[in-house]
Amino acid sequence: MQALFAAATLQEFLTGMPVPGVKDGLSPGWALALAAGIHAALLFSLFGLLPLIYIWLERKVAGRIQDRLGPTRVGGRFGWLQTLADGVKLIQKEDLAPGAADRWVFQVAPYLAIVASFAAFMVLPFSDTWVAVSLDASVFVILALMSLEVLGIILAGYSSGSKWALFGAMREAAQMVSYEIPMALCLLVPLVAVGTLNLTEIGALQAGPVSSWLIFHDPFCFIAFFTYFTVATASVKRAPFDLAEAESELVAGFHTEYSGLRWSFFFMAEYASMFAVSAIAVIVFLGGWHTGLMVEEGLSGFKGWNPNFLVKDFTLGNYLLNVMGAKVLILKASLLVLVQIWVRWTLPRLRIDQVMTTCLKYLVPISCVLFLGAVLWPLLLMTTLKRTTIMEDMPSMGQLSLPPATAAVESEEMRGVHVVDGSKESVR
Amino acid sequence: MTLEALLFYLFAAIACGSALAVVLTDNVVRMAFWLVMSLGAVASLFFLLEADFLGATQLLIYVGGTVVLLVFGVMLTATGPYVQIKTTPAEMFLGAGVGGLLLLVLASTVMGINWENDVAHALGAESEAALAADTTVDQSGTTGRPLGLAFVGVRPDAVGPDGAATRPGYLLPFEIVSVHLLVVLIGAAYLARAKRRVEPATDLLS
Repeated sequence: MQALFAAATLQEFLTGMPVPGVKDGLSPGWALALAAGIHAALLFSLFGLLPLIYIWLERKVAGRIQDRLGPTRVGGRFGWLQTLADGVKLIQKEDLAPGAADRWVFQVAPYLAIVASFAAFMVLPFSDTWVAVSLDASVFVILALMSLEVLGIILAGYSSGSKWALFGAMREAAQMVSYEIPMALCLLVPLVAVGTLNLTEIGALQAGPVSSWLIFHDPFCFIAFFTYFTVATASVKRAPFDLAEAESELVAGFHTEYSGLRWSFFFMAEYASMFAVSAIAVIVFLGGWHTGLMVEEGLSGFKGWNPNFLVKDFTLGNYLLNVMGAKVLILKASLLVLVQIWVRWTLPRLRIDQVMTTCLKYLVPISCVLFLGAVLWPLLLMTTLKRTTIMEDMPSMGQLSLPPATAAVESEEMRGVHVVDGSKESVR
Repeated sequence: MTLEALLFYLFAAIACGSALAVVLTDNVVRMAFWLVMSLGAVASLFFLLEADFLGATQLLIYVGGTVVLLVFGVMLTATGPYVQIKTTPAEMFLGAGVGGLLLLVLASTVMGINWENDVAHALGAESEAALAADTTVDQSGTTGRPLGLAFVGVRPDAVGPDGAATRPGYLLPFEIVSVHLLVVLIGAAYLARAKRRVEPATDLLS
């Protein structure tokens, strides 16, 4: 149960806190519930804040690409409060449902989409040991959770009672069901190299210089990153794969009949999912929360720095390093989101048959070949170089393993080893 | 009541209530929604048991796959705007009878087990105790229990004095079920394939 919420450290911290009227302080059960609440609130604020920034960014980038200025006035300079103004406008709008709609499903569908999108954030690690729910199979779980968003969209399109919405939903269903396959296959390529399904461990294993990022592990991982990013763009239905919306043919696709807050739920879910797939790409391919510039190694002496804190197993230096890691991760993921925005405004939309052809005739075979290559790669190296990695000091396939870094104490020990000789090998 | 028990009853109630709603609704798409709720709650129960891989599989295959295909199929084949399923009283009687009998079998099996002693024995109390004593092994998320091993043909709980398994695992029935599924798939593909007459190819331009 503790592993389920992974509020273990926060729970331990809260257990026994003095509460007025209770003799022994906070009981472990209540501490766990409170810790879970804190985790959820933190994630939800991120989940709400990121779309706000990305929608503003989308408007600015679209404006610049089209030789306009984009929003300039709201909030003083750069129109940085534009999204908030949009939000206020959307809340005031009337909550409509068409007469032909299946009203109940129509109203519940946006919640399905947004809940599925938010659930993916639960297993996403933001820094070393900073994860709301630490699971051994978190890559698999996050793929499963993100595949649920499509249900909200299909139900929304079907229950709208409009042919445009129905067409959008059907396209979305066909697209999603086929693009899930290459997405999972592309993620398998680096997973074969690291031998773990735990996102926290995958991130922790890429400490050190840029060359230790998994994208540079072997040529197949390098191609797999670009294939994954293409497929991920399609799976969050961004242009050039935004067939479910396709403004020029389907009015607005699956959300044609929606207005007000329910409409904005779809958009929040879309932008949050963009961040989620980008964050997965960053953690699995691009070094996670490590800068790759050996900054962490330079600051490693700072880790034990702890001026007069009476809380057990808490060091301020560690905390600040984790904050830096989370910022690095969010920055890297935001750069990938920026690329998605850039692609949207510069590439024309594909036709639905082209989308299906791209997936089934190109992306699935490519990802299958990549997977096969990644499995055979150590064998090839073994026969030519007599070792399973290119560089002497690289850990070989499946050899990378860490103790589960859920508890703070364990990770402290791990870092201890790490600091002693500063190479990734020692983490084993 | 502990937090685990509270969550268990919550998810169990959602799973059972939504399953009932699936049966009692007429509209196919609403049925699909209730099915999502029911399957999702069962996945949550798996997560509660720390079987996260199983829970994710449940979500990926049943919720993200099967239900999506179901709604997709309804959208492709529907003739009217909202498909309704009308159940005749005979069908309702038959369905309720079969469902009730299955419930009876399951309930009598569950009630017939002495949960205090038999389960500890069935799960291989010795190996469990050994695992629990070995603090170096992190047990959270470990689903390699004797029952699960029995499904792949390994019976650590039924080993004779000479080291050979005295009882077979459940691998053979499992494989038979999967072959059966393959037969069903091939049969469905055969029945559903487009029945075209084979004509000699003619050049339309000539």
